[in-house]
Amino acid sequence: MTATSPGAAGGVALPRLPDHQLTPLAEAYARANAAKRRSTLLLIVAIIIASLVAGGVAEVDLARLFANIDRFTNYIVRLFYLESGAPVWTDPAEWFWGWKKWLALLGDTLLIAYLGTLLGTIAAFFLCFLASVNLNSNAWTRGLIRRLLEFCRTVPELVFALIFVVAFGLGPLPGVLALAIHTTGALGKLFAEVVENIDMKPVEGVTATGATWWQTVHLAVVPQVLANFASYGLLRFEINVRGASVMGFVGAGGIGQDLIESIRKFYYSDVSAVLLLIIATVMIIDVATERLRHHFIGQGVRP
Amino acid sequence: MSERRQLVLPADPAILAGQAGLLRAQALSRLKMALLVGVLIALAVFAFWRLDVSFWRIVKGFGDLGKFVVLMIPPNAGSWANALVYLHSLAETVAIAFLGTMLAALFAFPLGLLAARNVVPVRIFQFMTRRSLDTVRGIDTLIWALIWVNVVGPGPFAGVLAITTSDIGTLGKLFSEAIEASDRKPVEGVTAAGGSRVHQVRFGLLPQVMPVMLSQVLYFFESNTRSATIIGIVGAGGIGLHLVEQIRTFEWDRVAFLILLILAAVAAIDWLSAHLRHAIIGKSSVAV
Repeated sequence: MTATSPGAAGGVALPRLPDHQLTPLAEAYARANAAKRRSTLLLIVAIIIASLVAGGVAEVDLARLFANIDRFTNYIVRLFYLESGAPVWTDPAEWFWGWKKWLALLGDTLLIAYLGTLLGTIAAFFLCFLASVNLNSNAWTRGLIRRLLEFCRTVPELVFALIFVVAFGLGPLPGVLALAIHTTGALGKLFAEVVENIDMKPVEGVTATGATWWQTVHLAVVPQVLANFASYGLLRFEINVRGASVMGFVGAGGIGQDLIESIRKFYYSDVSAVLLLIIATVMIIDVATERLRHHFIGQGVRP
Repeated sequence: MSERRQLVLPADPAILAGQAGLLRAQALSRLKMALLVGVLIALAVFAFWRLDVSFWRIVKGFGDLGKFVVLMIPPNAGSWANALVYLHSLAETVAIAFLGTMLAALFAFPLGLLAARNVVPVRIFQFMTRRSLDTVRGIDTLIWALIWVNVVGPGPFAGVLAITTSDIGTLGKLFSEAIEASDRKPVEGVTAAGGSRVHQVRFGLLPQVMPVMLSQVLYFFESNTRSATIIGIVGAGGIGLHLVEQIRTFEWDRVAFLILLILAAVAAIDWLSAHLRHAIIGKSSVAV
């Protein structure tokens, strides 16, 4: 490269290929680009057609949305006014008038999430080894357990809750069981993936001493996977707190019952108070579990 | 027994001392573990007491549940007309999930850009976007559905809007994280070639993050199919409404039929989105 002064017009000239070499290259580039554009365009057209069909099926009515959009904004604004018409922040005591009841219900919600997570984690723990290909070579039992876990996590937890409310009666118990079943399905799969990725040498070592299957799992597998299991369990607890907060919608305990009543009866300031409490709780739990998870995985604080 | 050979190690004091240290450390970690388990059990016992979970209720409940399961077999829609109604509401469910995800992605894309540190370097602005996305995310889809039912009336449209609103928060956050995790070098390259700010985003950033975003959107479509099955509980369309009705009237064979429909739909969409992911992104896709 020749050192031209920055002041020289045009700067450094790049070497240019002769035309008979350049033209085919440029054409190939244009063709490749065009092919890429075509497939992108095709994808966009497909998405638009699918959206139109879906819009028809889902009775999308933009006119109604725009005609009524003021109701949405009004609703949001109305959430921050008391019955007396004063903004909520002028009288926090009136806004959070039911804080004792709400905090107790929030506590119940957390306990529902805790019990659901604990029971589900225990069940997933015992099932995951049977669902892992490296510990259970029997394709039948493995497939059976895997299908069971799939069923548990595919059926939404509120559907389980609805059925359990009929069987066990109203209250937190159906909520706990519904969360436990869903947790079993979700964690069982994740746990099995962790187990399938372990180092097999300790397993071979323990098997060579004549240990039984359970002894092998206990001494060679569990120490390798426990930290990951704990981390996944905590992550699930976080998700279950959100899940438990709406369990009350179907009568399965926790703060959801109060929330849906306030929404249905248009107690606007109550709705915003309860929602704020739920959001704050969820955020606190998120931060706390993230700390704990990093402690378990031993990564220290998030970079 | 007598055949067993013994391996005899010389009693080296250094080794013995080391062993004693290891044993102490092990005892300590066992103690910690026992303490943790103790706390977990104590909390569980407290929860059982506080939530008023009695043993007899559990036994009786499982008995009833067994009866329901027996009544669920064989799954039966009741009549062909019913089956058609259920299939239509299943289509509605999938449509809600699809449109909700698409709209959420459409809105979340600019928000994700705005909330990313390397696109908009204004800290306070980024903080505001992040916190509002967090707030939107903290409110469950079902609650959004209730609010939207008040606005556009009951029906699947309210469901679409509910999924859109609640997913804007989550997708916006994921998009901004994907953008922040991108490599700075292509952006620098575009800058060096004289590209403007828009060029930097379009040619430096988007080609990197687009596959990640698409794969996240597909994943959300899958999980939204599950959410869309239940928002019918609060009147926002889809198969959930029928499910609630049949459970409340103890038509267990129909409940089983509906659950099977949901399972089939979710499995079909999982399969479809797995294939689409491979087609769009290639085998080396980034895990969500």
